[in-house]
Amino acid sequence: MTAIADMPQTESLHDTATRLIARKRILAFAVPGVILAYFGYLFFAFDIPGLMDRARMDNAAILVADSYSYKTHVTHDNRNGGLSFAVEGEAKGTYPEGMVPEFVTMSGDDAVRIELKAGESAEINGSTLRYIVPDYGTVTVRMEGREILLDTPDGAVPDWISASSSRVNITGAGGRASVTRARTEVFRYSFGWELFWFTLDSPFHGKTPVELAGLVLSGDRVVEGKSNLAAIVQDVWTNKMWRHSDVLWAIFETVLMAFLGTMGAALVALPMAFLAAKNFSRLMSVRFAMRRLFDFVRGVDGLIWTIILSRAFGPGPMTGALAILITDTGSFGKMFSEALENVDDRQIEGVASTGAKTLHRYRFGVIPQITPVLLSQVLYYLESNTRSATIIGAITGGGIGLLLTQAMITQKDWEEVSYYIVLIVLMVMAMDTISGWLRRRLIKGA
Amino acid sequence: MADTTLNQGSPEGTAEIRDAYMAMTRTKRMYGGIMLVVFIALMTSGFMLADSRNAGGFWDGILNIFQFPGEVLAEASAKAANLPALMVKFFPSLLETVNIAAASTLVGGLLAIVLSLLSTRGLARFPRLIGLFRRMMDIMRAVPEIVIALVLIFILGGGPVPAMIAIAFHTAGALGKLFSEVNENADLKPVEGLASVGANWAQRMLLGVVPQVAPNWLSYALLRFEINIRASAILGFVGSGGIGYDLKNAFSWGQGRYDEVAAIFILLFLTIVFFDQLSSHYRNKLVGKA
Repeated sequence: MTAIADMPQTESLHDTATRLIARKRILAFAVPGVILAYFGYLFFAFDIPGLMDRARMDNAAILVADSYSYKTHVTHDNRNGGLSFAVEGEAKGTYPEGMVPEFVTMSGDDAVRIELKAGESAEINGSTLRYIVPDYGTVTVRMEGREILLDTPDGAVPDWISASSSRVNITGAGGRASVTRARTEVFRYSFGWELFWFTLDSPFHGKTPVELAGLVLSGDRVVEGKSNLAAIVQDVWTNKMWRHSDVLWAIFETVLMAFLGTMGAALVALPMAFLAAKNFSRLMSVRFAMRRLFDFVRGVDGLIWTIILSRAFGPGPMTGALAILITDTGSFGKMFSEALENVDDRQIEGVASTGAKTLHRYRFGVIPQITPVLLSQVLYYLESNTRSATIIGAITGGGIGLLLTQAMITQKDWEEVSYYIVLIVLMVMAMDTISGWLRRRLIKGA
Repeated sequence: MADTTLNQGSPEGTAEIRDAYMAMTRTKRMYGGIMLVVFIALMTSGFMLADSRNAGGFWDGILNIFQFPGEVLAEASAKAANLPALMVKFFPSLLETVNIAAASTLVGGLLAIVLSLLSTRGLARFPRLIGLFRRMMDIMRAVPEIVIALVLIFILGGGPVPAMIAIAFHTAGALGKLFSEVNENADLKPVEGLASVGANWAQRMLLGVVPQVAPNWLSYALLRFEINIRASAILGFVGSGGIGYDLKNAFSWGQGRYDEVAAIFILLFLTIVFFDQLSSHYRNKLVGKA
């Protein structure tokens, strides 16, 4: 518009435009260039070539396979004799006497036949293992004295068998087997999370949901002195393999940490925010001290607070809650005092004109104005703190974070790890939904 | 309602209104009171429960709270001469922590841009898939960093990359949501103009949308960078690379290495404060206050 009004300025306007476009053009190339250069630097700083070497893709395969399947061990004790069947080879997953998995047929006192997948099968007879592969033949592994001998149909050792005089491992398409001096073992993989509801010693193991529903409705008691529903719930709740009660407690603890920490921080920060707000605190020095305190608490960061507190309080949910409380007091203090500085004075004056005392002026003049802002921030932090509480739990030792790190460190119960991950994601999403719902309810209602 | 407005003039009408108002106030107060009582009950019972499940009780702990910082301070001041050298020693790992944060903000931010554009109504490349991309971002936001980091450490081994990927994943979800809220306020006219001259989707976004929203995106990304520095320090403590890992080593060594702990505390504190100030300065500049 001005350019049309004053013709002489056109020249300089043209120059400015040219300059701006030239700058834009440089920026358009410089920004991606800088980003690329930074990634190039990171490529070496993070040692990406070395990472490729160190990456254990076999671990990834184990993790993926283990998260949706489980293996049953069929074991012959080569020293003392005797067969045992156990899910994941764990004592708590061992089949009781007289009970065998459905893919196993006992063919003698010390002999057993195992149907594997992909048409393969295996037989254990004493310490001798016969592994039958269709289109290939039968691989036999025998013990002679202290030697372990391997016989293959063509005499050669294929690459899916590793053999030495002390150990033979067979990795077939439908199962695995290994023979050592101590034991002859066959592993069969099955789909799903094993014994998720009932362990093998429960009378309800192996029943379909329809059968269970029938049992709940029927009057005949499976367990003496307890209704069927109570017995079912009890057996699921005390499942030794998955420890449902412990896991749910841990989830609850994590939520508790987030709740206590966030709400506690809000309660502590509110009065301090009044002291830090320009329009409520007359003394410059108090304001300054409060502000620096908030900055300090925020700057020290949750990690350091967690470490300091875990020294004083020991592991547990209280430590995590206090760590969240202290860290967030800084953030809330800063945000609340900013909200307080933006309140409308007219409303306070209106309340004051009716002769209200200070406390009433705050209660009716200030609080209603800042409640929506405060609530929405507190609820937003509640959701984000549920995630922090998981990490803090891993450091201090409490809640689901602890269970997760423990399961990860053992590096074998990946199905439990995936169970925890699913629960954590569900927990965070539930908190997100609840806090969003509360935000909408409370703020509209206010 | 209609009745009361009709009888406005008469004294009975006023009384009726007053009664109705008082009744409403009473209900509101009652609800407020109930909520307050429930809240206080939740807080106290939660506190007692947390206290009972903690290894050390609250009241024992609160007396010991200054013991550990005291020990650290005592040892650090006794060996104050070491501190500068130690800070120099730990500077590379600090740089790694900051690099993890920067790289994850960058990667996550770039991913968030794509995700947010794909999930904004009016801009999306595949309008039918908006819901899918939104759910994707919800899940990315919900997964805590530690989960991905620990899984990746198992596969990739220690080092900065697992932490970087873990934080980037979460950042993509978190920023994606914020970015798409920004996108929704973008003016669609430039996009239509570009469409009318035959620009494809990428060109429309790059030339029509990005210039409008870039300052807001950048400001959110800076805020995220601040958060990610903290996250990368914490992840280092739990698993892999950076200053957090050094802190864990020095800390679990215990007495005798508290000068290292103190040096790392100071470095971390200064870094966080520095980047907080830097990002808030640029954020203020970007979002209109300049």
